[in-house]
Amino acid sequence: MKLQRAHVLVSVDPETVMAGAKEVEERLIKEIESRGLSDEIKVLETGTLGISGKGVVLVVYPEGIYYENVKPDDVPKIVEEHLLKGRPVKELMLPELPVRAVKRETVGLTRKQVRIVLENAGVIDPENIEEYIAVGGYEALEKALTSMKPEEVIEEVKKSGLRGRGGAGFPTGLKWEFTRKAEGDIKYVICNADEGEPGTFKDRLILEGDPHKLLEGMMLCAYAIGARKGYIYIRGEYALSIKRMQKAIDDAYKYGLLGEDILGTGFSFDIEIKKGAGAYVCGEETALIESLEGKRGQPRFKPPYPVTHGLWQKPTVVNNVETLANVPSIIKNGAEWYKKFGTEKSTGTKVYTILGHVKYPGLIEVEMGTPLREIIFSYGGGIKNGKKFKAALVGGAAGVFLPDRLLDVKMDFDNLKEYKAVLGSGAILVMNEDACMVDMLFSIIRFFYHESCGKCTPCRIGTRELLELIKKVRKGEGEESDLDKMIKISESMWKSSFCPLGQSLIMPVKSAIENFREEFVKHLDKEFHCENCRR
Amino acid sequence: MAEMVKLYIDGKEVEVPKGTTILEAAQKLGIYIPTLCYHPDLRPTGACGICVVEVEGAPTPKRACCTPVTEGMKVTTNSKSLRELRKGIIELLLSDHHVDCPSCPANEKCELQSLANYLGVDMNALPKILERKPLDETSIAIVRDPNKCILCGRCIIVCNELQTVSAITYTNRGFEAHVDTFFSMGLGNSSCVNCGQCTVYCPTGALTEKSEIDMVWDAILDPDKHVVVQEAPALRATLGEEFGMEPGTVTTGKMYAVLKKLGFDVVFDTNFAADLTIMEEANEFVQRVKNGGPLPLITSCSPGWIKFMETFFPDIAKHVSTCKSPQQMFGALAKTYYAKEAGVDPSKIVSVSIMPCTAKKYEARRPEMRDSGYQDVDYVLTTRELVRMIKEAGIDYKNLPEEEADELMGMYTGAGTIFGATGGVMEAAVRTAYWMITGRNMEKVDLKVVRGIEGIKEAEVDIDGLKVKVAVAHGLGNARELLTKVRKQLEETGESEYAFIEIMACPGGCVGGGGQPKGSDFARRARRGEGLYKEDKSLRYRCSHENPAIKRVYEKFLEKPGSEIAHKLLHTYYFKRNIVSGEAIEEVTHKH
Amino acid sequence: MKREEILQKYTPELENILFILHDLQDNNPQHYLSKEDLEAVANYLNVPYSYVHGVATFYSMFSLKPRGKYIIRVCESPACHLMGSSNIIYELAKLLGIGIGETTSDGLFTLELSSCLGVCGVAPAMMINDEVYGNLTPEKIRQIIEEKRRER
Repeated sequence: MKLQRAHVLVSVDPETVMAGAKEVEERLIKEIESRGLSDEIKVLETGTLGISGKGVVLVVYPEGIYYENVKPDDVPKIVEEHLLKGRPVKELMLPELPVRAVKRETVGLTRKQVRIVLENAGVIDPENIEEYIAVGGYEALEKALTSMKPEEVIEEVKKSGLRGRGGAGFPTGLKWEFTRKAEGDIKYVICNADEGEPGTFKDRLILEGDPHKLLEGMMLCAYAIGARKGYIYIRGEYALSIKRMQKAIDDAYKYGLLGEDILGTGFSFDIEIKKGAGAYVCGEETALIESLEGKRGQPRFKPPYPVTHGLWQKPTVVNNVETLANVPSIIKNGAEWYKKFGTEKSTGTKVYTILGHVKYPGLIEVEMGTPLREIIFSYGGGIKNGKKFKAALVGGAAGVFLPDRLLDVKMDFDNLKEYKAVLGSGAILVMNEDACMVDMLFSIIRFFYHESCGKCTPCRIGTRELLELIKKVRKGEGEESDLDKMIKISESMWKSSFCPLGQSLIMPVKSAIENFREEFVKHLDKEFHCENCRR
Repeated sequence: MAEMVKLYIDGKEVEVPKGTTILEAAQKLGIYIPTLCYHPDLRPTGACGICVVEVEGAPTPKRACCTPVTEGMKVTTNSKSLRELRKGIIELLLSDHHVDCPSCPANEKCELQSLANYLGVDMNALPKILERKPLDETSIAIVRDPNKCILCGRCIIVCNELQTVSAITYTNRGFEAHVDTFFSMGLGNSSCVNCGQCTVYCPTGALTEKSEIDMVWDAILDPDKHVVVQEAPALRATLGEEFGMEPGTVTTGKMYAVLKKLGFDVVFDTNFAADLTIMEEANEFVQRVKNGGPLPLITSCSPGWIKFMETFFPDIAKHVSTCKSPQQMFGALAKTYYAKEAGVDPSKIVSVSIMPCTAKKYEARRPEMRDSGYQDVDYVLTTRELVRMIKEAGIDYKNLPEEEADELMGMYTGAGTIFGATGGVMEAAVRTAYWMITGRNMEKVDLKVVRGIEGIKEAEVDIDGLKVKVAVAHGLGNARELLTKVRKQLEETGESEYAFIEIMACPGGCVGGGGQPKGSDFARRARRGEGLYKEDKSLRYRCSHENPAIKRVYEKFLEKPGSEIAHKLLHTYYFKRNIVSGEAIEEVTHKH
Repeated sequence: MKREEILQKYTPELENILFILHDLQDNNPQHYLSKEDLEAVANYLNVPYSYVHGVATFYSMFSLKPRGKYIIRVCESPACHLMGSSNIIYELAKLLGIGIGETTSDGLFTLELSSCLGVCGVAPAMMINDEVYGNLTPEKIRQIIEEKRRER
């Protein structure tokens, strides 16, 4: 990385592009050029900065000053005043520095997030491999390839306590070990980037903001398990992610970090992107494998598990984006370092998306075990517009509705289990007092109804029956027995559905009806008026 | 020796090889676990969830059909919670099912119905969510009723894996998921070969034959019509089991009796035509051997196979015998030879055949099958349809006194009867080809090497020093495998190691046909086949050329095998077909 | 690009089927997969026709019906639903005079729903072809549609 006086990072993601990020960037480059500053100041594109609803966002380093809602016409002023004269443009700066947007100490914000996975997102130019290398990227790979045996890499990951961030929380090191020990010469590593959980876009942030970290994580996994080939399965809707990842892969080949005989160590590895086409169920690992093989994305029966019979029946590791993005730091800094973060059984950090009626919707990375209340009220800034908190849907569509009295739950794999909840994708959808639980449950059931693959009876017909029943309640035609029927059907789906998709609908159904039963019962009254249910 | 695993099911200890499923282990113990989508002949899909069992230590129940056993596993197959769960699944299925049991063609054979009865399910436990969809009636042979489909996936496995026809597959997703053809064009506009195996494996009434029962009843009751009926070999080995007799029991006399009772004017037998087919086909084989080919000669009596060949292997059409199937030979003779002998106006004859087959419906309506000057065969009923007619008429089949067939086209030999089992046509043809070449009968007419349920069978037959390599394939997947090999040999060297090949579209041959009772598994098919071989052994004549009725038809009408009139009435030609739509593109062989 | 040229970009392996279907659809001015497209894919990959149909109908991004120049996909995920996506859908349907899954008679717009677009930070959101529009209000919708109508 050339030495430059200042960097201007332009957050480029679907949201900011929509707000005109590209135009702002073009204007910036033009203005900087016209003032002859091109050698001193560099304009970089970066992934989303984790700030939502603020239009085009820029950050100027080294000061770490954030500008929001920047329009192309604001650019001359920023260049003139700030970059040339060193006087930040106050009226465009983020008025209240949101805690969730914290990057580094240098930024000087009050509340710290612990950023492992997202350490580079929004800091470096994701399309420039040299920047990743400059901040210590690919050091872990070099360390592993030159000084660690594959078994030692697995041991380190095992010791770190890293668990899968896709939802189930299976110990990553163990998965790798099973695959390494599985019979067969050909093995695969698949990165599950089919992020489809409603309310979640954390993987997109990594894919777009720090693609090389993911690649490095995959390389480490491949080295550990003995794979020669890896695939990144990215959902079809993520056009920019696919573009950025492809650029990163191409660059990695150019730098000899992919392909034959990587870094002269004899280790060879190829990575290919596969594009999904709109199917939530493909987030389930065996359905993803089916889809990757070119089939309908319907789940396979387990056992056998992918670790022994995965892609083309070969031993395969399927890991979530966030999981893999944790690995480089673990290998670089060691398991002991990693274990300092989080709780005993849920180590490290977790990325959350906080959405809904909060002041600062967006994305944060905090230690495992952080209380939900803190996430919503400190990081998310609490409920906006002076409204009262009503419920949080934690873990995505397949999550649970938690009322205020349950907000002190510490967010990690095991604690949540006690609340019959799951960490899931890390989505936290916050609802204020105006939200209607019946309406929200309707929306969730409709989601499952659309996304059921249709293979197994309990899920295919169960989702439809649930939809029928909730519609009835929503319309004011329900009976108390319909609520029990809904719980019974979702329980039967939990026990007899073929895959986690159908099995998990019980969580939102049961938690909504049980934690907010009064509201459901109110809807049974024909005279009851509900704005949200349109009656 | 396979590694053994010990486990406990409902407290009983059982030891089974590693890789066995819980369901199989339970069956070994004689413990019944209800199933619905599972079928012993097919790989499990795990779709329905009916077979759930509790496994100690597992948070949720497991599917017995596809969960492999593990050492020390403790399984409970019956509990209140499991019964509730199974009931719940049936309730879901019924809420999305067109329930019209009494008039449903699958009535009493429906596995959903029987489970609902067994579990005591409340038919109206859940709101009805069925969205009535139109039936697929594009096919001449098979009707698909999506309103009765439970998406067990059996038909898809059968069509794609067992038969490798791939006319149908899963389409769409979620509640919209259904079984469909390419671009929803319908079975009649697809690569479907009408083999009907899907209708045998379908656990409900979602896939059935296109019924012609009403037309046949009308013809019988029409005083102006003269209704002639023929029954395929497999019928006599199947009807008994549908009326409480042991599978494989041969009930030829009762079969004739019931047809007379139903009101058919004349009861003949397809077995007669099978003997005739052998005369023509053995002659064709001998001529091809003498005249330098083309060999191998491949049998042509399975209409599912014929459409399969026309669709996927039109390049080998010239190897396929020009002989019509017994059904069509019979049809051509019924409105010519029989009409003449009996002095009946052929335009008044309604020719009905009863077949273990759905493809025969299609075959009867092929435009080229009108050599008598009329449509040679008017209506084709499947075994299942005949059983329904017998039940509709309230006849006590089991206790019916035996009767004889009418003579002119009713007499047959053991060679004719074994047509119904895989390997039977080959065996029958060898018996007569031997006689045609050597002028004498084989010392031992049994050709046991080509019998049995193995998918592809091979043998070398010694005809007085002439070594003939033969092969037998049944089930179109096996046929595809064998023919791919033959095609390769022909392409590479111009000749094949085989001189004579028998192919039957259905696993087990006609006894396993697509018109046979629902639920026919491989084991049952094998027993029916054994029944036919038993009848063969018991008959006075066991070679087609010995059949007096056959001798008579050549004397009086057909002159000799391969004569001009035999060619006109008994032989046919083939088309190349579009794989997408099944439409005929062009003739690939010609009638001479 | 011609159909054959698109196919030739990929090795004839089943694992490429989704890429191929995307590519064919993207290159079709009516944004859909025709019967001929599916036939060509089956022939190219040497798989049954019904198979390709089964795959193409499984994924929601593929359409077997011709669609408009602008495909509007409104997100109806719980996150967007909470923020009022049903108003947006209602507004769009009224504005365009079509129902879900339908195309305007001028062939300009097709209205579809999506289970989740992955841009929940700006809920309620929609995509028009590859572009994301977020923080939608009925007001904004009218502007966007007007703009697209002018662009046509």
